[in-house]
Amino acid sequence: MTGSGYDLVVVGGGLIGAAIAWGASRAGASVALLDEGDVAHRASRGNFGLIWLQGKGVGKPAYMHWSLRAGRLWKNLAEELGAATGLDIGWRPAGGLHFCFSEAELEKRRDILARTHADGGEISMQFLDRTALRDLVPGIGPDVAGASFSPEDSHVSPLYLLRALQRALQDGGGSYRPGTTVTDIRPEASGFAVATPAGPVRGRRIVLAAGLGSARLAPQLGLSMPVEPERGQIVVTERVRPCFPYAANCLRQTAEGSFLFGSSHEEVGFDEGTQVATAADLCATALRVLPGLDSAGVVRFWGSLRVMTPDGLPIYEESSRYPGAFAATCHSGVTLASVHAFDIGPAVAAGTLPAAVASFGSGRFDVQAD
Amino acid sequence: MFRRIEPSAPEGGPALTFEGREIVFYPGDSLAAALLAAGIGALRQSPVDASPRAPYCMMGVCFECLVEIDGRQNQQACLTPAHDGMVVRRQIGARQLP
Repeated sequence: MTGSGYDLVVVGGGLIGAAIAWGASRAGASVALLDEGDVAHRASRGNFGLIWLQGKGVGKPAYMHWSLRAGRLWKNLAEELGAATGLDIGWRPAGGLHFCFSEAELEKRRDILARTHADGGEISMQFLDRTALRDLVPGIGPDVAGASFSPEDSHVSPLYLLRALQRALQDGGGSYRPGTTVTDIRPEASGFAVATPAGPVRGRRIVLAAGLGSARLAPQLGLSMPVEPERGQIVVTERVRPCFPYAANCLRQTAEGSFLFGSSHEEVGFDEGTQVATAADLCATALRVLPGLDSAGVVRFWGSLRVMTPDGLPIYEESSRYPGAFAATCHSGVTLASVHAFDIGPAVAAGTLPAAVASFGSGRFDVQAD
Repeated sequence: MFRRIEPSAPEGGPALTFEGREIVFYPGDSLAAALLAAGIGALRQSPVDASPRAPYCMMGVCFECLVEIDGRQNQQACLTPAHDGMVVRRQIGARQLP
């Protein structure tokens, strides 16, 4: 930290903020990561934990290529975080299955792969009919028609990932400050002053990665973050012996043995609650895939809020009014954690954004005058 | 380790077996309480490191008291009322789905 403050202050201690902060710190910047606390809507603590590439960004090539790059850098992320922290983040690169219950659904998956290839996305993906799928997953139910499989998909414990990012930041000399509600951000002559209950935190550059909280803070930096909540509910079972190593569109088994069933998409404002009917639907779908799970006890279920932009794509931008002020958001904080750490972090520390995200500014939502 | 405030459960009353040993209990005891009162500590073996584990929270939260009851694995002993004739065994490691 220099006399005028940190090189970089990151507002938001979730997966996006923590990955960017660690990435900037790795690149040599002095970094402070400000994390609000349990009063915040913490998407990073409620999500499913997939690194999912198949079908991601169909029709949106920039997003697709960004996601594919993220997926391919995940091995490096897992290795570097493991080496830096000694934590096992539960990354399982076993590939991902999208289960289909009809020939029509399989056809849709084939169409998605064709469109991915048409946009130059060289994702490895294959189609398994019922017989081929049964060789991979012997326990599938009679309703399963087949699946698309990509060896590039994987899954991870989002909680351990978050902990590892925050740990690695601190071990590398960065400052992690929990319980830090940011009330106000003020541009100054040579940087930014962030008002917190413990007094102002100053930085030469700043990244706003406060999830749903960014909508309120962004205008103070001449930025726009039009994000809205979308609720997802997830069911978790008791721990059972590992029997399903894959990522999948509706379930996964964690490194500890629990199965997660997920997840719903609901527009209910800022309500993080749960509904038994939704949980029952999630269980029913999981049991159609793996009927043997019917004796696994449900331990609990929860609701969490995704951070959604109007078009579902990420936002990365630098303020034109206050250069050095950046904002970042997406609903794929797990998948994109690698590029946030390796690409975005070092770039914002140097005062720029990578060319690969040039099309992700919020200006794309402005009404165009003819 | 634990001592009942009331007199010990009488012989000839309701009883269950734990790993083949007969355990008498008072009607209304939870299974975990009945086992603790009988001097049994470790109810399960951790799937992570195979260490022995004993009931801890006694209110359904910590899952340290998992046992096999009448052939059903991963049952929470603290949330299960003790019943006459129950056959209880330790939960060894993670539950296996059928």
